[in-house]
Amino acid sequence: MTKVFEKSPAFFDTFTRKPSMQKTTHYCPGCGHGTLNKIIADQIAELGLQDQTIFVGPVGCGVFIYYYFESASVSAAHGRASAVATGVSRANPDSVTISYQGDGDLAAIGTSNAIHAANRGENMIVFFVNNNIYGMTGGQLAPTTLIDQTSTTSPTGRTVLNDGHPLKMAEMVAGLEAPVLSARVAVNTPRNVRQAVKVIKRGLEIQRDKKGYAFIEVLSQCPTNWKKESKEACDWIDEVVCKQYPIGVIKDVADQREAQIRLAERVEFEALADQLGLTTDDEDTSQKIEMLQDELRFKFAGFGGQGILSLGMMMAQMSMEQNMEVTWLPSYGPEMRGGVANCSVVVGKKAIGSPAIESPNVLVALNRPSLEKFGPLVPEEGLIIYNSSLIDQVPDNLKGQVYALPATDLASDAGTVKAANAVVLGFVARKTGMFQLSDLENFLRETFKKPAMLETNLKAVLAGWNAAEKD
Amino acid sequence: MKKLVKGNEAVVIGALVAGCDAYYGYPITPASEIAHSASEHFLPLGKVFVQAECEVGAINMVFGAASSGQRVMTASSGPGISLKMEGISYLAGAQLPCVIVDVQRVGPGLGNIGPEQSDYFQVVKGGGHGDYRAIVLAPASVEETYKMSIEAFDLADKWRSPVFILTDATLGQMMEPIDIREVETHRSEKPWALDTKQESNDNLVTSIYLDFDDMEEHINNLHAKYAEITEQEAKAEVYGADVPDIVLTGYGITGRMLRSVVDKLNECGIDATLIRPQTLWPFPSKTYQEVVKPGVPVLSVELSRGQFVEDVRLSLPGHNVKHYGRVGGNLPELGELVEQAEKLVQEAKND
Repeated sequence: MTKVFEKSPAFFDTFTRKPSMQKTTHYCPGCGHGTLNKIIADQIAELGLQDQTIFVGPVGCGVFIYYYFESASVSAAHGRASAVATGVSRANPDSVTISYQGDGDLAAIGTSNAIHAANRGENMIVFFVNNNIYGMTGGQLAPTTLIDQTSTTSPTGRTVLNDGHPLKMAEMVAGLEAPVLSARVAVNTPRNVRQAVKVIKRGLEIQRDKKGYAFIEVLSQCPTNWKKESKEACDWIDEVVCKQYPIGVIKDVADQREAQIRLAERVEFEALADQLGLTTDDEDTSQKIEMLQDELRFKFAGFGGQGILSLGMMMAQMSMEQNMEVTWLPSYGPEMRGGVANCSVVVGKKAIGSPAIESPNVLVALNRPSLEKFGPLVPEEGLIIYNSSLIDQVPDNLKGQVYALPATDLASDAGTVKAANAVVLGFVARKTGMFQLSDLENFLRETFKKPAMLETNLKAVLAGWNAAEKD
Repeated sequence: MKKLVKGNEAVVIGALVAGCDAYYGYPITPASEIAHSASEHFLPLGKVFVQAECEVGAINMVFGAASSGQRVMTASSGPGISLKMEGISYLAGAQLPCVIVDVQRVGPGLGNIGPEQSDYFQVVKGGGHGDYRAIVLAPASVEETYKMSIEAFDLADKWRSPVFILTDATLGQMMEPIDIREVETHRSEKPWALDTKQESNDNLVTSIYLDFDDMEEHINNLHAKYAEITEQEAKAEVYGADVPDIVLTGYGITGRMLRSVVDKLNECGIDATLIRPQTLWPFPSKTYQEVVKPGVPVLSVELSRGQFVEDVRLSLPGHNVKHYGRVGGNLPELGELVEQAEKLVQEAKND
């Protein structure tokens, strides 16, 4: 005697993940899910994909998909199966990742995740079970509910005015570039089941061959929520539902596509060090800067575009290379939008507490608003260096030692006004005694790779350095 | 080797040193440099980087990757963390290890992109639905951000739990040197993870337990784990006088500023001690109970109108704990904090 029908080996023999009644499914009598599960299981078994398959279950009637399939499984939050499947698929490049979703899950709350997974062409197959109703929650309106169809939230029938038109997901997905397969099948009649078997097999083969994203919409009957007898529900799909949602393969470009491999590798530290551009350690960790005091707090301020933030970074970077403790903090708030930028740099011998600066030891003000704002905060022994090229009036409430530096003019002489920050760097380095001219030049050589830029900045730094002597 | 980086970059470098396999995220100021840095390094190293379509997508991709046993992370700021919260509840429910960075900005609503510490309740007290906890690390410098992002992956694996790194706009944007070198990390075996082997066919990652008794057992198991975490992982930095006139407390950037305040008070002849929690959940209550003697006033400072202070008060029942907060993106000035401390010391003397 030949067996013509048996439980697929891809199913559990006994549904041990189910808390009770482990020989029957949780689906209602006449529901299409069971038929679809059977087709998927048969094809997984036939293609020998069971061990590779990972199921992502939705929230909805498919929530317990993991009861039945003897494969690694994960249950996603409502609507998020395609996003979870993205993480699963990327982490398991050799898997056949199946996202099994209903119409509330995929076409309403999770549309964004579903469409974007499709658009990225993730290696996954999505089964979109369209029974045009919310089953699990009690027969509410779905985006796929037909016009005039009643539900528990459209008791007098769906209207275009209130609810819009039924969403045609398979067509929407087919309109995207990335998906390899988009099709609609039904599981209401033997004829439709035979067609569904072919399409589902095709979709799984695409996964086996790593050719990308496959989307299969499955029209399924829901006698419970449609309030129809099983036979009547199956007939209704042919007579009514298929008019709105025509069955067929809408897009299949698998034969033209190559396998797509996405990496998920682990690397040794050496590869990371290489990627980060780490070089070998400098053995000498002694602090090499002679400081005026234990901690110097710099405020650099000016217009956006004057290189204020990078000036601060240069100071911090150079100090760090001399093994000093440093912090660099950019300004925040409306000033950034108003075109005034500032940053705070602290250079110290010991661990630095607050990186914010209330009264700077050194203020560099490249424009007038900066000088007016921060100048009065500098204490008597502090330095105020202002850009005399742009500031003709010095506030009379300054306490610190004030130096006029024509930074913009000197930068312009060096080649570009953009090098005003380099002029300041030269000036500050000499004035504070923190760096030698050769330190600055070495630093610029490491920083600027383009010869013309390097040339200009070397000139600018030198101009600032020389200006510091004159004062 | 030392490298001058922003806090937001330090997170990524730490993650890579810890062997993080995948990054899923969505851009938001002031956390975006994390995504920039991750995109720069993950893909060239053959690792996964995806800019998700939304925060919700990102956290659920994290869910998928964590289910598969990867070391995985995401990062965002307040508004984005709000969106991720549902996913974080699922991660906690399914006991999935992952690392989530919140670079706090100003709220509620769109707020602004300045620093605040007003996501404390959201991040430390749950945020998502259900009776769960997540480990929360609170660094106070770029170097500590780097170290904690390495540690976070080990903690996540060890406890099968989401781990937060809670920073803020200041810590994320500021640059400091970090010392990058190979460190030993402890990646757990994950026999429960989704895989493509026959042995993993029976693996199921879920947070659903239909049977009430099963669910109660699951929740009780989670809480037995939480009790162990509380016992073992609470951490705080204590700095300053052994017998203080005042105890200052704050976490993250505020805690760091208070370190300077301790020094300044010392110059004025006031002995102060700082307690800076490095873990916010579990909260280092024992440290408070050990350090704070009866009658010694406590000044709790945060960039919020009073969230963190609740845990300080819960740790010190009946004690005089004063809150001082700045909001809106403003950092307090050190002078302002010194003044608050002096006032409190004076009040305590008068009592």
